[in-house]
Amino acid sequence: MPALARRPAMSTRREVLYFAVRNRKLVIGLSVVLAFVVIAVVGPFLARYSPNTIGPDVRMAPSAAHWLGTTSFGEDVFSQFVYGLQNTFVVGLLGGGIAASAGMVVGFVSGYRGGWIDEILNMITNVFLVIPTFAVLLIIAAYLTVRGVVVEAVFIGLTSWPWAARAIRAQTFSLGGREFIGIARLSGLSSWRIIFTEIAPNMASYLFMTFILLFGGAILIAATLDFIGLGPTTGGSLGLMMNRAVLWSALQFGMWWWFIPPGVAIMGVVGGLYVMNVGLDEVFNPRLRAM
Amino acid sequence: MRSYFSRKLVTYGLTFFVAVTIDWAIPRLMPGNPIQGLIARMTLPPGASQAVTAYYEKVYGLNQPIWHQYLSFWTGLIHGNLGQSIYVVGSPVSSVIAQALPYTLGLLVPAILLGWYAGNKVGAMAARRKVLDNTVLPAGYLLTATPYMWLALLLAWVFGSVLRILPLAGGSTFGMPPSFSWPFIESLLQHWFLPFASLFLVGFGGWAIGMRNVIIYELEADYAHYLEALGAPQRLIRRYAFRNAMLPQITGLALAIGAVVAGALVTEIVFAYPGLGSLVFNAILNSDYFLLQGIFLFIIIGVLIANFVVDVVYVLVDPRTRIGMQGGRT
Amino acid sequence: MSLLVDDLHVHYRTLSGDVQAVDGVSFGIADGEIMGLAGESGCGKSTLGNSLIALTGRMRYVAGTVELDGEELPIGVPDKMVPYRFRSVSLIPQYAMSALNPTRKIGKLTTELLRSRHVDPRAVLPEMVRRLELVQLSSDILDRYPIELSGGMKQRTVMVLSTLLNPSLLIADEITSALDVSTQKAVAEMLVEFRTRGFVKSMIVITHDLSILYQIADTIMIMYAGMMAERASANTIVAAPRHPYTKMLIASLPETGVRFDESRLAGIQGRPPSLLGPPRGCRFRERCPVAYERCAEVPPVIEVAPGHLVACWRAG
Repeated sequence: MPALARRPAMSTRREVLYFAVRNRKLVIGLSVVLAFVVIAVVGPFLARYSPNTIGPDVRMAPSAAHWLGTTSFGEDVFSQFVYGLQNTFVVGLLGGGIAASAGMVVGFVSGYRGGWIDEILNMITNVFLVIPTFAVLLIIAAYLTVRGVVVEAVFIGLTSWPWAARAIRAQTFSLGGREFIGIARLSGLSSWRIIFTEIAPNMASYLFMTFILLFGGAILIAATLDFIGLGPTTGGSLGLMMNRAVLWSALQFGMWWWFIPPGVAIMGVVGGLYVMNVGLDEVFNPRLRAM
Repeated sequence: MRSYFSRKLVTYGLTFFVAVTIDWAIPRLMPGNPIQGLIARMTLPPGASQAVTAYYEKVYGLNQPIWHQYLSFWTGLIHGNLGQSIYVVGSPVSSVIAQALPYTLGLLVPAILLGWYAGNKVGAMAARRKVLDNTVLPAGYLLTATPYMWLALLLAWVFGSVLRILPLAGGSTFGMPPSFSWPFIESLLQHWFLPFASLFLVGFGGWAIGMRNVIIYELEADYAHYLEALGAPQRLIRRYAFRNAMLPQITGLALAIGAVVAGALVTEIVFAYPGLGSLVFNAILNSDYFLLQGIFLFIIIGVLIANFVVDVVYVLVDPRTRIGMQGGRT
Repeated sequence: MSLLVDDLHVHYRTLSGDVQAVDGVSFGIADGEIMGLAGESGCGKSTLGNSLIALTGRMRYVAGTVELDGEELPIGVPDKMVPYRFRSVSLIPQYAMSALNPTRKIGKLTTELLRSRHVDPRAVLPEMVRRLELVQLSSDILDRYPIELSGGMKQRTVMVLSTLLNPSLLIADEITSALDVSTQKAVAEMLVEFRTRGFVKSMIVITHDLSILYQIADTIMIMYAGMMAERASANTIVAAPRHPYTKMLIASLPETGVRFDESRLAGIQGRPPSLLGPPRGCRFRERCPVAYERCAEVPPVIEVAPGHLVACWRAG
């Protein structure tokens, strides 16, 4: 690509912002996610019932009294929904955050140090990449008698880092060969200083996108675990709503309001995150920008 | 090429070792006495808890030194002894699993392969047509973001509950004896279709997006521009791009297997399909831990085999691994 | 005249508007001529070279005509350009190291490319083998994948492949910049050899390495900010330049290794103007030590001696 004569200075940050607000995918994805955040935050103030209170009106379709109807036990679906949605965000942020941190530590060290440290970390990464995460979580959760949302998030985070570590390793590897890293090395800075002051900032956008994918992934894994009956034993969740809907024959009774909302929310949040990620990729990566 | 395979085999061997160790260690690492925990959650007739405790102490071998427990766990495993199921009374875990396995494989294998194939085809088509791109892309993102069980619930609700054209639950018509007759096969297929469709659709969406994104990078690659400058027709350039884009998709297939298995488990639960998923569900409901641990091992072995198959295919497709250069390391 | 370019305008689309990367350039190349095209990065030389064969994504043809062997090239219409590519006009790209599809053996790639252009591979492959030997490559490489070749080998393979159909015009874009000095020299000499043997009729060699041009080019064209500054025989450009920019360019070169790039152009103060909305008049005015009032108008291209063209008021 021919270099252009300098145009009137437009800083990189402003350029990114320019593309960001004009990127349809980013704007749509972010709006959907934010809409659900608003529901999760405001919802509890609107809910008129506590999520697990058994009421007299069972199997009611959505109405003015129960916006999303009631369950087979007369619980208010809307209340369960907003609290479940909150937990979804907690699991996603915490699980995704832990996975991203673990992936960064392993990836940075592996990619920057190389040599036998890299060999060992790479082998560990590959082993955990092949082990079906979900099966491990299944066993762990089954033996844990008391499970909270936080514990669930921690376990999800600790099992979903490998692909992130691998991707970050590859990025670190290619950055490590650049001139400015070599200069930093020569100047005698410690490895961690170089990683955090030179390497990480240079791939900040990439790290952020990795986190978003892990965020969405954690939500999906949590929903699956909850659905199978291994979710938090304390507090509700969207996956648990679907679990109970299946267990108590919502399908047979045609109680769509019981299982549609939790799925829509998960699909909306995760889909929003994914679409947002593609938008971010286009914003950060000039090659993908459509003129 | 030899080093590529030996590397992979070492990884898989290590993975199996780690997985078995996890399987053994978790019940022993968890807070509290696992046996008391088990018994507390079982609904046992009064007075039976003593006998059950004694039984479990013996099978877990908790009164023996740790290393001995670990070794006997491996010995049992090698002899195919995974313990007795509680949920299916009187049956060894291995035979309970063996009965469920064909159903799960029958769902998984076609869903994975067809989803992968169709997704890649459509994704590649989307990369060249704006109209298709604008429809495939959003649909693909929605599908990959859909929890498996929810899509299953939707399909079950629409086709089984509202339209009533396909059965809602089970692996075949209730009470119909298994036979090689057309009515039975038809009933098998009818029950198979919806769980298969939900697995297929989620996978399809993911692969379509993946292919579309990779191929767009490939079409911008230097070799594509060079061919264009030499006047090569778009057909040739797209063929090269498609082939090169397949490589990361094959690697991706290996990585995705674990997730699809999880999807199959929950899909089966929705449809009460008599495979491993329903078994897991019932094992959890009935605190049948031996069964759960046995299923865990089967899943690990299955995923390892699948990964190995993908590796073999990859070597056949990517010349670089055959040459034994860069490609083999990643 | 093999190639005649008349008042060519090619723009480069960016967010902030069109960059007038090639802004009214005219020149001709004789049969058998190797023309060097030099200038600072961003002067439009690459855009000019590439526009003659394939406009890439953001390039836009605006005006002007290009005639090759008496036939007008439809450079603004990509589909109509296809028949000319490879056969009449060909390219050795800047990215020659990564120009070959990594998953095809070189022989197979060549066969498929030839077939797609309706050339019978059997008729051409023996000649390809001969030419590979000429650039010191064994015919074994046809049975190898690109990753099995070194950078220099890939470069030579691309040279042979690009010129296989004996094009009238070859555009060699920065082909030596990724190579070490001794390989550079060898590759440059091979280009001359290709011309001598008639594999290509004429050539445009784009580079910012004047020493290479001095070795191999018959004529040199210096571009500045999207326009031609000076064009003359290689000797004249180096020994007796008339345009102040060329003079400064030559003067700023270190004694050994006549090579310049942005960082070494410390000898010339200031920067080229933005081509988004270029200033009126001579574009070099701001940096020119001998600028005067007249330079507020665009200087015409004048022929100060036979074959020596200069766009400068002071040159007349």
